[in-house]
Amino acid sequence: MTRLSLTLTPVIIIGVAIVLAILNLATPATSALHVSDFVVGLAGKYLCYAMLALAVDLVWGFAGILTLGHAAFFALGGYCMGMYLTREIGARGVYANANLPDFMIFIGWKQLPWYWHGFEFFPFAVVMALIVPAVLAAVFGFLAFRSRVGGVYLSIITQALTYALLLAFFRNDMGFGGNNGMTDFKDIAGFPLDRSTTTTALMVLSALFTAAAFLFARWLVGSRYGQVLVAVRDAESRTRFLGYRPEYYKLVVWTLSAMIAGIGGALYVPQVGIINPSEFAPANSIEAVIWVAVGGRGTLSGAILGAVLVNFGKTILTGAMPGAWLYALGGLFILVTLFMPRGIMGTFVRRTVGPRLPTAGEPQGLDAIDSEAANLHEAGVDVETPA
Amino acid sequence: MSEPAARGADSDLLFLQGVNKTFDGFKAINNLSISLAKGEMRAVIGPNGAGKSTMMDIITGKTKPDTGKVVFGSDTDLTKMDEPSIAQLGIGRKFQKPTTFESHTVWNNLLLALAGNRSPWFTLGARKTKAEADKIEALLATIRLSDHRDRLAANLSHGQKQWLEIGMLLAQDPQLLLVDEPVAGMTDAETEQTAHLLRDINRTRSVVVVEHDMTFVRALGVKVTVLHEGSVLSEGSLDQVSADPKVIDVYLGR
Repeated sequence: MTRLSLTLTPVIIIGVAIVLAILNLATPATSALHVSDFVVGLAGKYLCYAMLALAVDLVWGFAGILTLGHAAFFALGGYCMGMYLTREIGARGVYANANLPDFMIFIGWKQLPWYWHGFEFFPFAVVMALIVPAVLAAVFGFLAFRSRVGGVYLSIITQALTYALLLAFFRNDMGFGGNNGMTDFKDIAGFPLDRSTTTTALMVLSALFTAAAFLFARWLVGSRYGQVLVAVRDAESRTRFLGYRPEYYKLVVWTLSAMIAGIGGALYVPQVGIINPSEFAPANSIEAVIWVAVGGRGTLSGAILGAVLVNFGKTILTGAMPGAWLYALGGLFILVTLFMPRGIMGTFVRRTVGPRLPTAGEPQGLDAIDSEAANLHEAGVDVETPA
Repeated sequence: MSEPAARGADSDLLFLQGVNKTFDGFKAINNLSISLAKGEMRAVIGPNGAGKSTMMDIITGKTKPDTGKVVFGSDTDLTKMDEPSIAQLGIGRKFQKPTTFESHTVWNNLLLALAGNRSPWFTLGARKTKAEADKIEALLATIRLSDHRDRLAANLSHGQKQWLEIGMLLAQDPQLLLVDEPVAGMTDAETEQTAHLLRDINRTRSVVVVEHDMTFVRALGVKVTVLHEGSVLSEGSLDQVSADPKVIDVYLGR
């Protein structure tokens, strides 16, 4: 299974993306097979969420860090791309000022703040979409892990982190468009955003990045580093008394995970056409955790599946009964926790990547030993006398 | 480095002098002084709350003493170091409750414990080597788990987990092993085998064993230190300390 999901997951992601792209571009709008730009855009959005889910699964599934603030890194990546897209509007804005975005003119600013310089260059924005989440994650992680903050306390400060950013980005004088954020983007790297070809290209690009992020995550957890990480998750003090420094192991995966989330956010913004502080909302981070729980924590491919399925459900349900979504999401989380604690991939695929997580449904600790001993005893093995 | 570290005899591997530790007004360790010779195996016994585990915590860097000296080898001051540095220095510790990496196989448990570079950058690029495989094979034979190499640690019996943890300690290649109640929950046969295993290990390394089980301590046949209320009550062979009136008082009450 391990080998199979390694090749199958990227093949499915890229395969579906290419099929959607062909059906969108090569069929006439009247054809029954035609896939609309709207559907292509949705698929692209789901793939960005899948990258966020992968990032969450890396730290939650393999390092035991239950992050309730990962959407912050996603949003920061998104803001970096949003700043580029805003500068790209140039003189086509309402105030027709090539040097200053509309919202800055509106609040009476005369010149571009220093931290906006460079964002007119696409490659610079792309690099910053990686660096900004990475730096924040590294600083936050260094302080938190070095102080040995863990468990629910760590979850709470990740939540506080994203909430603090939400409040900060709401402020107009931060210079990121305040409450309204940034929107009305015209084009990306010279390609108009309102064209089918651009929409499709962005979706296929999202698929390629999702597949690449998946393969990278698989390599990471399959390495000896990944084995130590799981050891830290399961018995942190043991790793410390073996001479490992768990704080550095967590810091590395935490920072890499923030970068994956940042890429997701950077691809998300040109596809949805807007970035505003609501992306920092704590509920977004919690939703990402639910995607991973549904798909299967610690399976990576499950995280992608969960993100796509839950968001597909969200699209359907918010279309049919807009008010019911939060109840449905909460109910889903409770049901999955109670009846499918290993998620879809963990339940239906016998053994996925890396070590399996013990779950509520099976005996743990001494009970597990007793039941194992009973099984062996039934099989005629004398468990008390090792060979 | 305000003053030179106190030193015991040149043959000492571990040396504690005048160590005190108070938790919320409770004196867990009270002016404790102990020294352990190179190559020695020592059994530490004492009633609950005598400070046995706190002593282990202080030696391994988990707890910092309020006052006192803790010196390893000729002049390494352990009170200035944290757990990973002390572990890398060559002190291995086995917990009271067997603590292994449950979702890893027996083989990988030993692999991760093998002495080597502990940095994330190294482990990211680490490849399997023949030397590692040979060492693990030898360890598996020592701890009698050769036939269980591919089982998850979670699925081992209680006694097997204890042995696996001892194996992980050995894989660290320490000079000194601190072993906390290794035979708790073991059958008589397993206890006997464990005593044998520890005596074997003691041929090349120093060992401190904290234990309640007197049969086991007798089987080890080594010098015994009795702790009581955070300091040494008595020291000598098991027969000597059992005959000590102070020890009888503490164990049997008055």
